[in-house]
Amino acid sequence: MFIRLLKDKIARHTMMGLSLLSLTLLLIIGGGLLWNSLPILREKNIFDLLFTSNWKPFKGDFGFGTFIFSTLFITLISIALAFPPALLCALYFSEYATSRLKRWFSPVIDLLSGIPPVIYGVWGTLTIVPLISEKIAPKFVDFSTGYSVLAGGVVLAIMILPLIVSILIEVFATIPRETREASWSLGATKWQTIKKVVLRRSLPGIIAAVVLAISRAFGETIAVLMVCGNFTDMPRSIFDSCYPLPALIANNYGEMMSVPQYESALMFAAFLLFIIIVLFNAISRYILYRIKKKYYL
Amino acid sequence: MKHLEEKIFKALMVFASVTILAVLLYILYVIISKGLPSLNWDMISKIPSGGFYLGKEGGILNAILGSIFLIGGSVLISMTVSLPVALYINFVKRKDSTFSNILRFAFDILFGIPSIVYGAFGFMVMIYFGLQASLLGGIIAVSLLIIPIMVRSIDEVAVSVPRDLTEAVKSLGATQYETLKVIARQISPGITTAILLSVGRGIGDAATVLFTAGYSDSIPTALGQPAATLPLAIFFQLSSPVEEVQNRAYAASLILTIIILILSFSTRYFGRKISKSKL
Repeated sequence: MFIRLLKDKIARHTMMGLSLLSLTLLLIIGGGLLWNSLPILREKNIFDLLFTSNWKPFKGDFGFGTFIFSTLFITLISIALAFPPALLCALYFSEYATSRLKRWFSPVIDLLSGIPPVIYGVWGTLTIVPLISEKIAPKFVDFSTGYSVLAGGVVLAIMILPLIVSILIEVFATIPRETREASWSLGATKWQTIKKVVLRRSLPGIIAAVVLAISRAFGETIAVLMVCGNFTDMPRSIFDSCYPLPALIANNYGEMMSVPQYESALMFAAFLLFIIIVLFNAISRYILYRIKKKYYL
Repeated sequence: MKHLEEKIFKALMVFASVTILAVLLYILYVIISKGLPSLNWDMISKIPSGGFYLGKEGGILNAILGSIFLIGGSVLISMTVSLPVALYINFVKRKDSTFSNILRFAFDILFGIPSIVYGAFGFMVMIYFGLQASLLGGIIAVSLLIIPIMVRSIDEVAVSVPRDLTEAVKSLGATQYETLKVIARQISPGITTAILLSVGRGIGDAATVLFTAGYSDSIPTALGQPAATLPLAIFFQLSSPVEEVQNRAYAASLILTIIILILSFSTRYFGRKISKSKL
């Protein structure tokens, strides 16, 4: 009996310890990254770091402007490309599709979200990049290698699409059937019901899904790195190459230990990504929790 | 008029869904048609020989085994953390207690953190402890990446375990720990799904292992040695100017895609088992 109780006690404490430890993991990661970016923050003005784009690590110039702009640019394009089809698809599967069709389609979304980033990168270099350099870009600009903001945006759009679709389907499912029936019984068509009832009621959820997708797009590394060119010049059009923050970290970190400030600057980049993404995630998860709670009550 | 609008938007929705399906099929088609010609037995049974990166003989067995060792270690570590945590927030604490909900929230945020941040953090920790890029370093970083996935997917199944089950076990005189053992057996298909999901995520991720696991042409025999991984094998070979090496990158992509497809379908299979056992 004593041994059973002892085992129970040990198990309980281990479980509590592990839970508390994982709760502090966020703080440990954030704190660690901040700690390592302190050297550069002490020497440089944070506004200079964020808003100037003079990037010459070996001369001690660390302006993240180009990288931050590239990240925002590519994210904007990917959301613009992914959101409309994702919304339409999610609406179709929550409002029109039969359950049999849903069963057939859900592996498509699962697979799209399961394909590793590196495969998207390979696919992008094989298809999107040549398509842009040979077919699309010549119509607008003199020359483009194809490794561009647009290529990154397209690949990223496909990667965040399944995320948006699955969250939207969850959000639409929280609207009770009675609400829709009330609208139908007033003579509204299905589309009118979607427009006036479903979309309006789920607006917070839609915003949450987009914010979540933005934060996913912010942090995506390998696939984007493989198709966006990685030049430190400021991109002027969607056919120019660009250099997002995660790609900067991936390309340089681990090799540049000889320049101490450089390492710290890259750590600052990682900290920047971390803090923005945690913030965005927290906001959208909070909204989604509220929606679900209301639904279950 | 309103019926015309209805028709137009319905057509748009069908079009969007079909496009998404077409994109997936197109991706698979490109990967298969590019990878298949270069895929041969040597690719998966040999390690790189001299001149491999100039197009000479060899395969990527080092990367395949490296990935398997890496994900095996990571699943072991993350399982020892995730299962107790998921059980704790559902059965020791009340399911809907504030503590449990805060933990779920924290894991949702951890789930959203990009792999490059885990990679950078992992590397930072490794420098702190004086570790070189090695299998162990990669295992630590990938564990961090997959723990949130595991906790949340075990949690999803654990939430649905009826209260009656725990009460029945406890009424027989079982301690809390013994009760949890019974529950763990009950939700084992859910645990399998969680493992498959995290294997799928961990095996395909390049950014976490980029700095932490390193790369090596030989098969790692100890935790302290650097290990090659499949995603990095694809990544490095694709950037080569030699055509044969690039073709091998396509073949490696096909291998990775096949692994992901198998994992995805087995996840579905076990997922169906869960919903059956609920009935």
